Amino acid sequence: MSPAGVEIAHRRARDGRMRLALPRGALFAGSLSMLDRAGFDTSGPRGGSRSLIFDLDGLTIVTMRPSDVPTYVEAGAADLGVTGKDVLDEQSDRAVYELADLGFGRCRMVLAAIADDDSLERSAKRLGFMRIATKYRGIAERYFERTGRQAEVIEVKGSVELAPLVGLADGIVDLVDSGRTMRENGLEEREQISISTARLIANRVAHKLRVDEIDAMVERLREAAS
Amino acid sequence: MTHPIPQGTRDILPDEMRELRRIEAVLRSLFESRGYGEVSTPAIEFNDVLALGDERSMDSAYRFFDHSGGLLALRGDMTIPIARLAADRLGEASLPYRLHYAGDGFRAVSPQRGQLREFRQVGVELIGADAPGGTVEVVELLVAALDAVGLNRAVVGLGDADLFRQLLEELAVEGAARNRILDRLAAHDLVAIEAEAGDLAGLGDTERELIVRLSSLRGGADVLEEAHRIGGAALERATSRLAETYSKLAESGIADRVQLDFGLLRDLGYYTGAILEVYDPAVGQIIGGGGRYDGLMSRFGRQLPAAGFALYLERVHIAQAEEERIAREGGAG
Repeated sequence: MSPAGVEIAHRRARDGRMRLALPRGALFAGSLSMLDRAGFDTSGPRGGSRSLIFDLDGLTIVTMRPSDVPTYVEAGAADLGVTGKDVLDEQSDRAVYELADLGFGRCRMVLAAIADDDSLERSAKRLGFMRIATKYRGIAERYFERTGRQAEVIEVKGSVELAPLVGLADGIVDLVDSGRTMRENGLEEREQISISTARLIANRVAHKLRVDEIDAMVERLREAAS
Repeated sequence: MTHPIPQGTRDILPDEMRELRRIEAVLRSLFESRGYGEVSTPAIEFNDVLALGDERSMDSAYRFFDHSGGLLALRGDMTIPIARLAADRLGEASLPYRLHYAGDGFRAVSPQRGQLREFRQVGVELIGADAPGGTVEVVELLVAALDAVGLNRAVVGLGDADLFRQLLEELAVEGAARNRILDRLAAHDLVAIEAEAGDLAGLGDTERELIVRLSSLRGGADVLEEAHRIGGAALERATSRLAETYSKLAESGIADRVQLDFGLLRDLGYYTGAILEVYDPAVGQIIGGGGRYDGLMSRFGRQLPAAGFALYLERVHIAQAEEERIAREGGAG
Protein backbone atom coordinates (compact mmCIF):
# COMPACT_ATOMS: atom_id res chain seq x y z
CA MET A 1 0.00 0.00 0.00
CA SER A 2 1.02 3.57 -0.54
CA PRO A 3 1.93 5.74 2.43
CA ALA A 4 -1.42 7.45 1.92
CA GLY A 5 -3.12 4.23 3.03
CA VAL A 6 -1.06 4.17 6.21
CA GLU A 7 -1.90 7.80 6.82
CA ILE A 8 -5.65 7.26 6.63
CA ALA A 9 -5.48 4.23 8.90
CA HIS A 10 -3.92 6.32 11.62
CA ARG A 11 -6.00 9.43 11.22
CA ARG A 12 -7.50 10.20 14.59
CA ALA A 13 -9.69 12.60 16.50
CA ARG A 14 -6.74 14.78 17.47
CA ASP A 15 -7.48 18.15 18.96
CA GLY A 16 -11.13 18.53 18.08
CA ARG A 17 -14.02 17.07 20.02
CA MET A 18 -13.52 13.93 21.99
CA ARG A 19 -14.63 10.73 20.31
CA LEU A 20 -16.38 8.06 22.35
CA ALA A 21 -16.82 4.58 20.85
CA LEU A 22 -20.08 2.95 21.93
CA PRO A 23 -20.97 -0.73 21.51
CA ARG A 24 -24.10 -1.58 19.54
CA GLY A 25 -25.94 -4.55 21.04
CA ALA A 26 -26.55 -5.52 24.65
CA LEU A 27 -24.57 -2.62 26.15
CA PHE A 28 -26.02 0.08 23.87
CA ALA A 29 -29.11 0.95 25.92
CA GLY A 30 -27.13 1.07 29.17
CA SER A 31 -24.49 3.28 27.53
CA LEU A 32 -27.12 5.73 26.30
CA SER A 33 -28.86 5.84 29.69
CA MET A 34 -25.50 6.64 31.27
CA LEU A 35 -24.96 9.47 28.78
CA ASP A 36 -28.50 10.75 29.52
CA ARG A 37 -27.72 10.90 33.21
CA ALA A 38 -24.42 12.63 32.42
CA GLY A 39 -26.45 15.36 30.75
CA PHE A 40 -26.00 14.55 27.06
CA ASP A 41 -28.86 14.65 24.59
CA THR A 42 -28.93 11.14 23.12
CA SER A 43 -31.98 11.52 20.87
CA GLY A 44 -29.70 11.21 17.82
CA PRO A 45 -28.31 7.72 18.51
CA ARG A 46 -31.67 6.67 20.01
CA GLY A 47 -33.52 7.40 16.76
CA GLY A 48 -33.76 4.59 14.24
CA SER A 49 -31.04 6.14 12.10
CA ARG A 50 -28.56 3.93 10.33
CA SER A 51 -25.83 6.50 10.84
CA LEU A 52 -22.76 5.27 12.67
CA ILE A 53 -21.55 8.65 13.89
CA PHE A 54 -23.52 11.13 16.02
CA ASP A 55 -22.58 14.57 17.23
CA LEU A 56 -23.68 15.20 20.79
CA ASP A 57 -23.02 18.43 22.61
CA GLY A 58 -19.22 18.51 22.82
CA LEU A 59 -18.81 14.80 22.19
CA THR A 60 -18.80 12.65 19.05
CA ILE A 61 -20.29 9.19 19.41
CA VAL A 62 -19.11 6.45 17.07
CA THR A 63 -21.03 3.18 17.18
CA MET A 64 -19.72 -0.30 16.40
CA ARG A 65 -19.66 -3.96 17.40
CA PRO A 66 -18.56 -4.35 21.05
CA SER A 67 -15.52 -6.40 20.05
CA ASP A 68 -14.36 -3.64 17.69
CA VAL A 69 -14.25 -0.98 20.43
CA PRO A 70 -10.73 -1.87 21.67
CA THR A 71 -9.46 -1.86 18.07
CA TYR A 72 -10.64 1.70 17.42
CA VAL A 73 -9.51 2.96 20.80
CA GLU A 74 -6.08 1.34 20.62
CA ALA A 75 -5.41 2.93 17.23
CA GLY A 76 -6.63 6.32 18.42
CA ALA A 77 -9.60 6.43 16.03
CA ALA A 78 -11.60 7.00 19.23
CA ASP A 79 -10.27 8.64 22.41
CA LEU A 80 -12.58 6.77 24.77
CA GLY A 81 -14.72 3.67 24.47
CA VAL A 82 -17.29 1.59 26.32
CA THR A 83 -17.13 -2.18 26.06
CA GLY A 84 -17.60 -5.30 28.14
CA LYS A 85 -14.91 -6.69 30.41
CA ASP A 86 -15.36 -9.96 28.51
CA VAL A 87 -14.19 -8.24 25.32
CA LEU A 88 -11.17 -6.77 27.12
CA ASP A 89 -10.31 -10.14 28.66
CA GLU A 90 -10.53 -11.80 25.27
CA GLN A 91 -8.30 -9.13 23.67
CA SER A 92 -5.97 -8.88 26.64
CA ASP A 93 -2.95 -7.76 24.61
CA ARG A 94 -4.57 -4.50 23.53
CA ALA A 95 -2.64 -1.47 24.77
CA VAL A 96 -5.53 0.63 26.11
CA TYR A 97 -6.20 2.18 29.49
CA GLU A 98 -9.06 0.65 31.47
CA LEU A 99 -10.33 3.63 33.43
CA ALA A 100 -13.60 2.78 35.12
CA ASP A 101 -16.01 -0.02 35.90
CA LEU A 102 -19.33 1.41 34.76
CA GLY A 103 -21.31 -1.28 36.57
CA PHE A 104 -24.05 -1.89 34.02
CA GLY A 105 -24.36 -4.80 31.59
CA ARG A 106 -23.46 -7.31 34.26
CA CYS A 107 -23.19 -10.88 33.02
CA ARG A 108 -21.14 -13.96 33.72
CA MET A 109 -18.67 -16.05 31.74
CA VAL A 110 -19.42 -19.70 32.44
CA LEU A 111 -18.50 -23.24 31.49
CA ALA A 112 -21.70 -25.11 30.61
CA ALA A 113 -22.61 -28.56 29.40
CA ILE A 114 -25.72 -30.65 28.63
CA ALA A 115 -27.92 -30.89 31.74
CA ASP A 116 -27.86 -34.22 33.58
CA ASP A 117 -25.19 -35.56 31.28
CA ASP A 118 -21.65 -36.50 32.23
CA SER A 119 -19.96 -36.45 28.82
CA LEU A 120 -17.85 -33.46 29.86
CA GLU A 121 -16.54 -35.34 32.89
CA ARG A 122 -16.16 -38.57 30.95
CA SER A 123 -14.08 -36.85 28.25
CA ALA A 124 -11.88 -35.25 30.87
CA LYS A 125 -11.36 -38.61 32.55
CA ARG A 126 -11.11 -40.93 29.58
CA LEU A 127 -9.32 -38.71 27.05
CA GLY A 128 -7.59 -36.40 29.47
CA PHE A 129 -9.07 -33.37 27.76
CA MET A 130 -12.40 -31.75 26.93
CA ARG A 131 -13.67 -30.36 23.67
CA ILE A 132 -15.02 -26.87 24.29
CA ALA A 133 -16.85 -24.67 21.81
CA THR A 134 -16.70 -20.92 22.39
CA LYS A 135 -16.63 -17.45 20.90
CA TYR A 136 -14.03 -16.56 23.55
CA ARG A 137 -11.01 -18.58 22.59
CA GLY A 138 -8.48 -16.62 24.65
CA ILE A 139 -10.57 -16.63 27.84
CA ALA A 140 -11.33 -20.35 27.50
CA GLU A 141 -7.72 -21.35 26.84
CA ARG A 142 -6.40 -19.29 29.75
CA TYR A 143 -9.10 -20.62 32.09
CA PHE A 144 -8.30 -24.26 31.42
CA GLU A 145 -4.59 -23.60 31.66
CA ARG A 146 -5.08 -21.80 34.98
CA THR A 147 -7.18 -24.62 36.39
CA GLY A 148 -4.71 -27.25 35.24
CA ARG A 149 -6.87 -28.97 32.63
CA GLN A 150 -6.41 -29.59 28.95
CA ALA A 151 -9.05 -28.61 26.44
CA GLU A 152 -9.40 -28.55 22.71
CA VAL A 153 -10.96 -25.15 22.16
CA ILE A 154 -13.13 -24.93 19.05
CA GLU A 155 -13.91 -21.40 17.94
CA VAL A 156 -17.41 -20.75 16.58
CA LYS A 157 -18.99 -17.44 15.62
CA GLY A 158 -22.73 -18.06 16.04
CA SER A 159 -25.03 -19.73 18.60
CA VAL A 160 -22.55 -21.69 20.63
CA GLU A 161 -25.30 -23.64 22.48
CA LEU A 162 -25.68 -25.77 19.38
CA ALA A 163 -22.22 -27.33 19.65
CA PRO A 164 -22.75 -29.82 22.52
CA LEU A 165 -26.27 -30.69 21.29
CA VAL A 166 -24.98 -32.09 18.01
CA GLY A 167 -21.69 -33.48 19.27
CA LEU A 168 -19.23 -30.83 18.08
CA ALA A 169 -18.09 -30.29 21.68
CA ASP A 170 -18.52 -31.64 25.20
CA GLY A 171 -19.22 -28.20 26.64
CA ILE A 172 -19.17 -24.51 25.97
CA VAL A 173 -17.64 -21.37 27.42
CA ASP A 174 -20.02 -18.48 26.94
CA LEU A 175 -21.38 -15.28 28.39
CA VAL A 176 -24.74 -15.57 30.13
CA ASP A 177 -27.11 -12.89 31.35
CA SER A 178 -30.23 -14.61 32.67
CA GLY A 179 -29.15 -18.05 31.43
CA ARG A 180 -32.47 -18.53 29.69
CA THR A 181 -31.11 -19.39 26.22
CA MET A 182 -28.90 -21.99 27.80
CA ARG A 183 -31.72 -23.58 29.81
CA GLU A 184 -34.04 -23.61 26.82
CA ASN A 185 -31.42 -25.58 24.95
CA GLY A 186 -31.03 -28.12 27.72
CA LEU A 187 -27.67 -26.85 28.97
CA GLU A 188 -26.66 -26.14 32.54
CA GLU A 189 -23.93 -24.04 34.07
CA ARG A 190 -21.08 -26.04 35.57
CA GLU A 191 -18.48 -23.44 36.55
CA GLN A 192 -18.37 -19.65 36.73
CA ILE A 193 -15.22 -18.23 35.12
CA SER A 194 -15.60 -14.51 35.65
CA ILE A 195 -18.05 -11.64 35.98
CA SER A 196 -18.20 -8.97 33.30
CA THR A 197 -19.52 -5.42 33.40
CA ALA A 198 -19.20 -2.44 31.05
CA ARG A 199 -15.84 -0.68 31.21
CA LEU A 200 -14.64 2.72 30.12
CA ILE A 201 -11.38 2.52 28.18
CA ALA A 202 -9.07 5.19 26.75
CA ASN A 203 -6.46 5.49 24.04
CA ARG A 204 -2.95 5.63 25.47
CA VAL A 205 -1.98 8.87 23.76
CA ALA A 206 -5.30 10.61 24.43
CA HIS A 207 -4.95 9.63 28.10
CA LYS A 208 -1.62 11.48 28.18
CA LEU A 209 -2.31 14.46 25.94
CA ARG A 210 -5.94 15.30 26.79
CA VAL A 211 -5.58 14.92 30.55
CA ASP A 212 -8.15 17.44 31.73
CA GLU A 213 -10.81 16.45 29.19
CA ILE A 214 -10.35 12.72 29.81
CA ASP A 215 -10.31 13.04 33.60
CA ALA A 216 -13.41 15.28 33.54
CA MET A 217 -15.26 12.86 31.25
CA VAL A 218 -14.29 9.87 33.39
CA GLU A 219 -15.59 11.65 36.47
CA ARG A 220 -18.81 12.63 34.71
CA LEU A 221 -19.51 9.14 33.33
CA ARG A 222 -18.49 7.42 36.54
CA GLU A 223 -21.00 9.49 38.48
CA ALA A 224 -23.69 8.92 35.87
CA ALA A 225 -23.08 5.17 35.93
CA SER A 226 -23.20 4.76 39.69
CA MET B 1 -0.26 -13.84 -9.07
CA THR B 2 1.77 -11.97 -6.49
CA HIS B 3 4.45 -13.36 -4.25
CA PRO B 4 3.79 -13.18 -0.52
CA ILE B 5 6.06 -11.57 2.08
CA PRO B 6 5.88 -12.52 5.77
CA GLN B 7 3.14 -10.93 7.87
CA GLY B 8 4.24 -7.81 9.67
CA THR B 9 6.82 -6.87 7.06
CA ARG B 10 6.44 -4.54 4.10
CA ASP B 11 8.10 -3.16 1.00
CA ILE B 12 8.86 0.55 0.82
CA LEU B 13 8.57 2.36 -2.51
CA PRO B 14 10.67 5.35 -3.64
CA ASP B 15 8.37 8.21 -2.53
CA GLU B 16 8.10 6.97 1.02
CA MET B 17 11.73 5.87 1.11
CA ARG B 18 12.84 9.37 0.20
CA GLU B 19 10.79 10.80 3.08
CA LEU B 20 12.03 8.21 5.57
CA ARG B 21 15.65 8.84 4.57
CA ARG B 22 15.10 12.58 4.93
CA ILE B 23 13.94 12.08 8.55
CA GLU B 24 16.96 9.88 9.23
CA ALA B 25 19.31 12.42 7.69
CA VAL B 26 17.92 15.27 9.81
CA LEU B 27 18.27 13.19 12.97
CA ARG B 28 21.74 11.93 12.05
CA SER B 29 23.08 15.43 11.56
CA LEU B 30 21.50 16.60 14.83
CA PHE B 31 23.06 13.71 16.76
CA GLU B 32 26.46 14.26 15.13
CA SER B 33 26.32 17.98 15.96
CA ARG B 34 25.82 17.04 19.64
CA GLY B 35 28.91 14.85 19.68
CA TYR B 36 27.22 11.49 19.18
CA GLY B 37 28.92 8.99 16.84
CA GLU B 38 27.04 6.48 14.73
CA VAL B 39 27.40 2.74 15.30
CA SER B 40 26.05 -0.30 13.56
CA THR B 41 25.71 -3.83 14.92
CA PRO B 42 24.72 -7.11 13.23
CA ALA B 43 21.01 -7.86 12.87
CA ILE B 44 21.74 -11.41 14.04
CA GLU B 45 23.39 -12.14 17.37
CA PHE B 46 23.86 -15.17 19.57
CA ASN B 47 20.65 -15.86 21.44
CA ASP B 48 22.46 -16.18 24.78
CA VAL B 49 24.11 -12.79 24.39
CA LEU B 50 20.83 -10.98 23.69
CA ALA B 51 19.14 -12.85 26.54
CA LEU B 52 21.78 -11.43 28.90
CA GLY B 53 20.24 -8.02 28.23
CA ASP B 54 16.57 -8.84 28.68
CA GLU B 55 15.33 -12.36 29.16
CA ARG B 56 11.70 -11.29 28.90
CA SER B 57 11.89 -9.64 25.50
CA MET B 58 13.32 -12.89 24.10
CA ASP B 59 9.77 -14.30 24.19
CA SER B 60 9.12 -12.51 20.93
CA ALA B 61 12.50 -13.14 19.29
CA TYR B 62 13.02 -14.79 15.92
CA ARG B 63 15.54 -17.60 16.35
CA PHE B 64 17.37 -19.99 14.09
CA PHE B 65 20.52 -22.10 13.93
CA ASP B 66 23.76 -21.24 12.20
CA HIS B 67 25.80 -23.76 10.18
CA SER B 68 27.47 -25.20 13.29
CA GLY B 69 24.33 -25.50 15.39
CA GLY B 70 24.71 -22.25 17.36
CA LEU B 71 21.40 -20.63 18.36
CA LEU B 72 21.02 -17.19 16.75
CA ALA B 73 18.38 -14.54 17.25
CA LEU B 74 17.38 -11.39 15.40
CA ARG B 75 17.79 -8.31 17.59
CA GLY B 76 14.54 -7.00 19.11
CA ASP B 77 15.91 -3.51 19.65
CA MET B 78 19.22 -1.66 19.36
CA THR B 79 19.88 -1.00 23.03
CA ILE B 80 21.05 -4.49 23.96
CA PRO B 81 23.44 -4.95 20.99
CA ILE B 82 24.88 -1.49 21.67
CA ALA B 83 25.35 -2.34 25.36
CA ARG B 84 27.35 -5.37 24.19
CA LEU B 85 29.35 -3.25 21.76
CA ALA B 86 30.07 -0.59 24.36
CA ALA B 87 31.15 -3.14 26.97
CA ASP B 88 33.40 -5.13 24.63
CA ARG B 89 34.74 -2.61 22.13
CA LEU B 90 34.96 0.84 23.65
CA GLY B 91 37.24 0.22 26.61
CA GLU B 92 39.86 2.71 25.40
CA ALA B 93 37.47 5.53 24.58
CA SER B 94 36.83 8.23 27.19
CA LEU B 95 33.55 8.31 29.06
CA PRO B 96 30.75 8.98 28.55
CA TYR B 97 30.16 7.20 25.26
CA ARG B 98 27.77 9.10 23.04
CA LEU B 99 26.39 6.78 20.36
CA HIS B 100 23.57 7.00 17.84
CA TYR B 101 22.08 4.53 15.42
CA ALA B 102 19.45 3.80 12.81
CA GLY B 103 18.66 0.13 12.56
CA ASP B 104 15.96 -2.49 12.12
CA GLY B 105 14.57 -4.47 15.02
CA PHE B 106 12.55 -7.67 14.77
CA ARG B 107 9.83 -8.91 17.08
CA ALA B 108 7.21 -11.62 16.60
CA VAL B 109 4.35 -9.37 17.73
CA SER B 110 0.76 -9.95 16.68
CA PRO B 111 0.31 -8.08 13.39
CA GLN B 112 -2.81 -6.29 12.05
CA ARG B 113 -2.53 -3.59 14.66
CA GLY B 114 -0.17 -1.13 13.05
CA GLN B 115 2.62 -3.08 14.72
CA LEU B 116 5.27 -4.32 12.36
CA ARG B 117 7.46 -7.35 12.97
CA GLU B 118 10.36 -5.61 11.30
CA PHE B 119 10.62 -1.95 12.28
CA ARG B 120 13.22 0.77 12.08
CA GLN B 121 14.45 2.64 15.13
CA VAL B 122 16.53 5.78 15.22
CA GLY B 123 18.00 6.77 18.56
CA VAL B 124 20.87 7.45 20.90
CA GLU B 125 22.62 5.81 23.84
CA LEU B 126 24.49 7.83 26.46
CA ILE B 127 26.66 5.40 28.40
CA GLY B 128 28.68 6.39 31.45
CA ALA B 129 26.66 9.46 32.46
CA ASP B 130 24.74 9.29 35.71
CA ALA B 131 21.27 10.52 36.65
CA PRO B 132 20.08 13.18 36.68
CA GLY B 133 22.63 14.88 34.38
CA GLY B 134 22.67 12.07 31.83
CA THR B 135 18.89 11.77 31.84
CA VAL B 136 18.53 15.51 31.27
CA GLU B 137 20.95 15.39 28.32
CA VAL B 138 18.98 12.54 26.75
CA VAL B 139 15.59 14.24 27.23
CA GLU B 140 16.92 17.53 25.85
CA LEU B 141 18.26 15.73 22.80
CA LEU B 142 14.95 13.89 22.38
CA VAL B 143 13.01 17.16 22.38
CA ALA B 144 15.51 18.66 19.91
CA ALA B 145 15.06 15.58 17.68
CA LEU B 146 11.27 15.94 17.73
CA ASP B 147 11.58 19.62 16.83
CA ALA B 148 14.06 18.82 14.06
CA VAL B 149 11.56 16.53 12.32
CA GLY B 150 8.71 19.02 12.71
CA LEU B 151 6.90 17.44 15.65
CA ASN B 152 6.75 20.63 17.71
CA ARG B 153 3.63 19.47 19.50
CA ALA B 154 5.04 16.12 20.58
CA VAL B 155 5.30 15.52 24.31
CA VAL B 156 7.73 13.37 26.29
CA GLY B 157 6.16 11.41 29.14
CA LEU B 158 8.61 11.10 32.04
CA GLY B 159 8.11 8.45 34.69
CA ASP B 160 10.23 6.38 37.04
CA ALA B 161 10.41 2.60 36.74
CA ASP B 162 11.01 2.17 40.47
CA LEU B 163 8.58 4.77 41.78
CA PHE B 164 5.53 2.57 42.27
CA ARG B 165 7.58 -0.32 43.60
CA GLN B 166 9.20 2.00 46.09
CA LEU B 167 5.89 3.55 47.10
CA LEU B 168 4.37 0.12 47.73
CA GLU B 169 7.44 -0.76 49.77
CA GLU B 170 6.99 2.40 51.85
CA LEU B 171 3.36 1.37 52.43
CA ALA B 172 4.53 -2.15 53.37
CA VAL B 173 2.64 -3.74 50.46
CA GLU B 174 4.74 -6.77 49.60
CA GLY B 175 4.91 -10.10 47.88
CA ALA B 176 2.09 -11.29 45.62
CA ALA B 177 -0.12 -8.24 46.22
CA ARG B 178 2.67 -5.88 45.20
CA ASN B 179 3.43 -7.88 42.05
CA ARG B 180 -0.24 -7.96 41.09
CA ILE B 181 -0.50 -4.18 41.39
CA LEU B 182 2.66 -3.67 39.32
CA ASP B 183 1.40 -6.13 36.68
CA ARG B 184 -1.94 -4.34 36.47
CA LEU B 185 -0.15 -1.00 36.20
CA ALA B 186 1.98 -2.28 33.30
CA ALA B 187 -1.27 -3.48 31.66
CA HIS B 188 -2.86 0.00 32.16
CA ASP B 189 -5.74 -1.59 34.09
CA LEU B 190 -6.72 1.12 36.57
CA VAL B 191 -9.97 -0.66 37.47
CA ALA B 192 -8.03 -3.69 38.71
CA ILE B 193 -5.63 -1.46 40.65
CA GLU B 194 -8.59 0.10 42.42
CA ALA B 195 -9.91 -3.38 43.24
CA GLU B 196 -6.48 -4.61 44.41
CA ALA B 197 -5.97 -1.52 46.55
CA GLY B 198 -9.41 -2.07 48.09
CA ASP B 199 -8.42 -5.63 49.01
CA LEU B 200 -5.17 -4.67 50.73
CA ALA B 201 -5.26 -5.45 54.41
CA GLY B 202 -3.73 -3.07 56.91
CA LEU B 203 -3.98 0.07 54.79
CA GLY B 204 -6.00 3.14 55.61
CA ASP B 205 -8.31 4.84 53.13
CA THR B 206 -5.71 7.56 52.52
CA GLU B 207 -3.12 5.00 51.46
CA ARG B 208 -5.55 3.15 49.21
CA GLU B 209 -6.61 6.44 47.66
CA LEU B 210 -2.95 7.33 47.13
CA ILE B 211 -2.26 4.14 45.17
CA VAL B 212 -5.33 4.65 42.98
CA ARG B 213 -4.77 8.36 42.41
CA LEU B 214 -1.07 7.98 41.67
CA SER B 215 -1.64 5.33 39.01
CA SER B 216 -3.26 7.91 36.75
CA LEU B 217 -1.60 11.10 37.97
CA ARG B 218 0.09 12.90 35.08
CA GLY B 219 0.75 16.52 34.11
CA GLY B 220 3.13 19.40 34.84
CA ALA B 221 4.78 20.70 38.01
CA ASP B 222 1.37 20.96 39.68
CA VAL B 223 0.99 17.16 39.81
CA LEU B 224 4.25 16.91 41.72
CA GLU B 225 2.76 19.22 44.34
CA GLU B 226 -0.47 17.27 44.35
CA ALA B 227 1.44 14.00 44.78
CA HIS B 228 3.35 15.37 47.75
CA ARG B 229 0.16 16.76 49.24
CA ILE B 230 -1.69 13.44 49.10
CA GLY B 231 1.33 11.21 49.65
CA GLY B 232 3.34 13.01 52.32
CA ALA B 233 6.89 12.02 53.18
CA ALA B 234 6.68 8.47 51.82
CA LEU B 235 5.87 9.79 48.39
CA GLU B 236 8.37 12.57 48.58
CA ARG B 237 11.08 9.96 49.04
CA ALA B 238 9.76 7.83 46.17
CA THR B 239 9.54 10.78 43.80
CA SER B 240 12.66 12.72 44.79
CA ARG B 241 14.65 11.44 41.80
CA LEU B 242 11.86 12.22 39.36
CA ALA B 243 11.37 15.67 40.88
CA GLU B 244 15.07 16.44 40.60
CA THR B 245 15.18 15.43 36.92
CA TYR B 246 12.07 17.46 36.20
CA SER B 247 13.38 20.61 37.89
CA LYS B 248 16.59 20.35 35.84
CA LEU B 249 14.52 20.02 32.67
CA ALA B 250 12.55 23.08 33.74
CA GLU B 251 15.84 24.97 34.13
CA SER B 252 16.74 24.13 30.55
CA GLY B 253 13.39 25.53 29.45
CA ILE B 254 11.71 22.38 28.11
CA ALA B 255 9.32 21.65 30.99
CA ASP B 256 6.37 22.40 28.71
CA ARG B 257 7.41 19.51 26.44
CA VAL B 258 7.70 17.06 29.32
CA GLN B 259 4.81 15.46 31.15
CA LEU B 260 5.36 13.90 34.55
CA ASP B 261 3.62 10.55 34.74
CA PHE B 262 3.55 8.64 38.01
CA GLY B 263 1.81 5.59 36.56
CA LEU B 264 4.22 5.07 33.66
CA LEU B 265 5.81 1.63 33.33
CA ARG B 266 7.45 0.17 30.24
CA ASP B 267 7.29 -3.42 29.15
CA LEU B 268 11.02 -3.97 28.70
CA GLY B 269 12.84 -5.58 31.57
CA TYR B 270 16.03 -3.53 31.70
CA TYR B 271 14.73 -0.09 32.73
CA THR B 272 15.73 1.42 36.06
CA GLY B 273 14.97 4.97 37.13
CA ALA B 274 13.66 7.39 34.53
CA ILE B 275 11.45 6.05 31.74
CA LEU B 276 10.31 7.94 28.67
CA GLU B 277 7.44 7.67 26.21
CA VAL B 278 6.86 9.97 23.26
CA TYR B 279 3.38 11.09 22.17
CA ASP B 280 2.26 13.22 19.27
CA PRO B 281 -1.33 14.48 19.16
CA ALA B 282 -1.61 13.44 15.50
CA VAL B 283 -0.97 9.73 16.12
CA GLY B 284 -2.83 7.34 18.43
CA GLN B 285 0.21 5.24 19.31
CA ILE B 286 3.44 6.10 21.09
CA ILE B 287 6.09 7.17 18.60
CA GLY B 288 9.15 6.49 20.72
CA GLY B 289 10.43 5.50 24.13
CA GLY B 290 13.47 5.12 26.30
CA GLY B 291 14.85 5.77 29.74
CA ARG B 292 17.64 4.77 32.07
CA TYR B 293 19.08 1.27 32.33
CA ASP B 294 21.80 1.56 34.89
CA GLY B 295 21.90 -2.22 35.45
CA LEU B 296 22.21 -3.26 31.81
CA MET B 297 25.92 -2.62 31.19
CA SER B 298 26.95 -4.69 34.21
CA ARG B 299 25.31 -7.73 32.64
CA PHE B 300 27.92 -7.35 29.90
CA GLY B 301 30.71 -6.98 32.44
CA ARG B 302 31.05 -3.23 32.87
CA GLN B 303 29.37 -1.26 35.62
CA LEU B 304 28.28 1.91 33.83
CA PRO B 305 25.13 4.03 34.15
CA ALA B 306 23.29 4.49 30.85
CA ALA B 307 20.27 6.12 29.25
CA GLY B 308 18.87 6.51 25.76
CA PHE B 309 15.85 6.78 23.54
CA ALA B 310 14.57 5.29 20.30
CA LEU B 311 12.12 6.87 17.88
CA TYR B 312 10.01 4.47 15.80
CA LEU B 313 10.76 5.76 12.32
CA GLU B 314 7.55 4.61 10.60
CA ARG B 315 5.37 6.24 13.25
CA VAL B 316 7.42 9.43 13.28
CA HIS B 317 6.85 9.55 9.54
CA ILE B 318 3.09 9.12 9.96
CA ALA B 319 3.05 11.82 12.66
CA GLN B 320 5.03 14.17 10.44
CA ALA B 321 2.66 13.62 7.51
CA GLU B 322 -0.35 14.22 9.77
CA GLU B 323 1.12 17.36 11.33
CA GLU B 324 1.84 18.71 7.84
CA ARG B 325 -1.71 17.91 6.77
CA ILE B 326 -3.16 19.66 9.82
CA ALA B 327 -0.97 22.70 9.21
CA ARG B 328 -2.08 22.75 5.54
CA GLU B 329 -5.73 22.54 6.50
CA GLY B 330 -5.20 25.27 9.06
CA GLY B 331 -6.05 23.70 12.36
CA ALA B 332 -7.57 20.57 13.83
CA GLY B 333 -9.19 18.18 11.37
